[in-house]
Amino acid sequence: MPAPLIEMRGISKSFGAVMANEAVDLSVAPGEILGLLGENGAGKTTLMNVLFGAYAPDAGEILVEGRPVTINNSADALAAGIGMVHQHFHLAPRLSVLENLLIGIPGKSGRIDRAGGLARLAEIGHQHGLTLDPDLPVSALSIGEQQRLEIVKALFRGARLLILDEPTAVLAPTEVDGLFSALRSMAAQGLGIIFISHKLNEVRALTHRCVVLRHGRVTGRVDAPASTTSSEMARLMCGHEIVPPARGPSTPGAAVLTLDGISTSRHSGMALRDVSLSVRAGEILGIAGVSGNGQRALAEVISGVRAPDAGRMTIAGKSVSRFSPREVQALGLGRIPEDRMTTGLVTNLPLADSMVLPRIGTGAFSRNGLLRPDAIHAFAEEQIKAYDIRCPGPMTRAGALSGGNLQKALLARELAFDPKVLIVSQPTRGLDIGAARFIHEKFLDMRARGCGIVVIGEDLEELLMLCDRIAVMYEGCIVGTLDSADATIARLGLMMTGAEGHS
Amino acid sequence: MFRLEARTSTPAWFNLALPLLAIGATLVLCSGLIALAGAGVIEAYGVMFAASLGDSYAITETLVRATPMIFTGLAVAVAFRAKFWNIGAEGQLLAGAVASCAVGAIPMPGPLAMLLMALAGAAAGAAVALIPATLRVKFKVDDVVSSLLLNSVIFYALMALIEGPWKDSFSGYPISPPIEDSANFPVLLEGTRLHLGVVAAFVAAPVIWFLIARTTLGFRIRVIGENPEAARYGGIHVERVLISTALLSGALAGLAGVSEVGGVHFQVMSDISPGYGYSGIVVAMLARLNPLGVMPAALFLAAVMTGAEAMSRATGVPAFLSDVIQGTALLAMLVALLFTAYRIRRVGAA
Repeated sequence: MPAPLIEMRGISKSFGAVMANEAVDLSVAPGEILGLLGENGAGKTTLMNVLFGAYAPDAGEILVEGRPVTINNSADALAAGIGMVHQHFHLAPRLSVLENLLIGIPGKSGRIDRAGGLARLAEIGHQHGLTLDPDLPVSALSIGEQQRLEIVKALFRGARLLILDEPTAVLAPTEVDGLFSALRSMAAQGLGIIFISHKLNEVRALTHRCVVLRHGRVTGRVDAPASTTSSEMARLMCGHEIVPPARGPSTPGAAVLTLDGISTSRHSGMALRDVSLSVRAGEILGIAGVSGNGQRALAEVISGVRAPDAGRMTIAGKSVSRFSPREVQALGLGRIPEDRMTTGLVTNLPLADSMVLPRIGTGAFSRNGLLRPDAIHAFAEEQIKAYDIRCPGPMTRAGALSGGNLQKALLARELAFDPKVLIVSQPTRGLDIGAARFIHEKFLDMRARGCGIVVIGEDLEELLMLCDRIAVMYEGCIVGTLDSADATIARLGLMMTGAEGHS
Repeated sequence: MFRLEARTSTPAWFNLALPLLAIGATLVLCSGLIALAGAGVIEAYGVMFAASLGDSYAITETLVRATPMIFTGLAVAVAFRAKFWNIGAEGQLLAGAVASCAVGAIPMPGPLAMLLMALAGAAAGAAVALIPATLRVKFKVDDVVSSLLLNSVIFYALMALIEGPWKDSFSGYPISPPIEDSANFPVLLEGTRLHLGVVAAFVAAPVIWFLIARTTLGFRIRVIGENPEAARYGGIHVERVLISTALLSGALAGLAGVSEVGGVHFQVMSDISPGYGYSGIVVAMLARLNPLGVMPAALFLAAVMTGAEAMSRATGVPAFLSDVIQGTALLAMLVALLFTAYRIRRVGAA
């Protein structure tokens, strides 16, 4: 085995009383793809931030090709040949692809070396299949292309080790394949890669070796991920077996949500064209599709944030007339948004505030315009207990919670008032297995209690497991609806590309 | 080598310690200027303290001075909570002063006059604040720029008024006719200038605190300020709350003008406000936008202002030092606020 490209020895890092990393050893050889696994809060991101220079470790050392180095900031990390692609991209949206690449690169005698940049970009693109139009502004790129640019940026700066923090969370299934072949090509040329993910099937398909973290410590090392089962890895991550929930038979009742010929104008993203669907009580309807095919507009219309140009919508038999969030909520709609931080919670205020936000004007939490702080506090406390939301208490800043706990908080807030219909987008994106299972069980619970649920998602395995029926969206239309008994990943995948229609 | 590192949580005692830290840093930084002016630092600060807080008369003067800044501080604190960037408290104060002066000049029973002056002044301030708020809601015009520029519009409108129709025909001075004697705010302590408006300010602060912390409107103001998208999805009419906030903020700034006309000057002149509207921003920031904190913050600035004049007479240090202290205090507080989100950490060998 060749000498390790990077070696981390005995890394410890604590925040106050919390040990985020404890005596972690990790190494990556040239040409190796290392999987870094762990639940949310296991310390993966902290460890990588230490490697990339965002945090200084309390103890331990980092060696690059056998030499100890001190990494105080990202510039040091880049100089040591370490590149990182964060979950949230660091790009200047108004600048072009090439300009973004050249930021911080010294030019030739005070001038930007445009020709040299173009040549390098073409070379990297050719080597790994990472092609990008150099003159396009970043704001015009898809999420997948922006990620490609981040990878190219790291290579452009001479990275020999690339860290990718949950790169597939933002990608459509087809884009994942492209990413994987690029990563394999980079590894084949001797680069080291650290791949952080929750998705065990991806880790098994891509990586050569895995390190599993739990509570900040290394709890397992897997030398042959491809021949290790997902449930074995899940056990290493969680410390116990994870059993997937079983969706029992159900007897759907009357329709609780119907859309009839809904169309919208092209406001931002794909417009809806003549969308009709219905969800019955006790039924879970999946909406599959590559993101950007109208899912967002659909969620906005159902949530009452956007009024359609044409068509009718009913909730629990009553026609929606004004399309305001307050109206649909009063009719019995609950909503778990795709983007927890921006449209769900108020990160800078206490968690309790976010938990009562949609119902602050109701008698439960206020009277005659005066808040009922005790009722708010008691409600939040009760939900924190019921949903096992890990936080110091209702007054904790919402932004301090992990993604899984935030999702539980949102779920608690919506389910506490027994919605008749629930609209959910990407319910387990970025969550670890344990948290995802919990969310799934809650959905199946609600289904058994007669709630109609719409799940908008890209993870087809998840949809097949949860849903009774799956509708496929393509270019703003529903191109077909399948009973999940008849649906397969291959068939759904084909419909998602618009190749097959079925009704 | 030192570097900043993100904090995961902020200790509660920071809320109290940060303004004190900022004020301490300000006094240390400004002592250099005092020394430069050739005076003893300890002596100069001693005179400042004695003149602003040294005896009961000095304290009442400081309270009188703090009053308009409590109102403008509250105005700014409320607006900034909703992220409505009202830099226009100065203009709203002037509008409130003009309106209350016009009402106060009409003969009528004293208590009624005072009530109507307050209502007119609050309404005038609110009307001025409505302009940048409407422009922002309807046309996405930047509220910092529009509210700031309106200050000049209102100031020169006031000048036109006191150089024109309101000009004193006997003396020729650009001052408005005085309000009726019966409309003068009662003095609460014989031999001082401690007037009814001072009490009103110290009542207003806890009332506004209650409004922000304990009412649904206050809840909505906090939420639209922190995350308008989540507020919208949560069924809050963001634009409507923003307009309400602007009206409230403008009314509070207008009351600062009312209190100056009714309790201190009894008329309007060009220098009725030495920048109390802008000082309100410093006050609100020192108070970390907490309405209760506005009271001590305004008292601090008022003490600096009254103290600086005495210091200037006694030591020869220019009274402009008071402006420098104000500016430095704002900068020091902004730097101090950084420590709520970050901490300094020593890394590696130097």
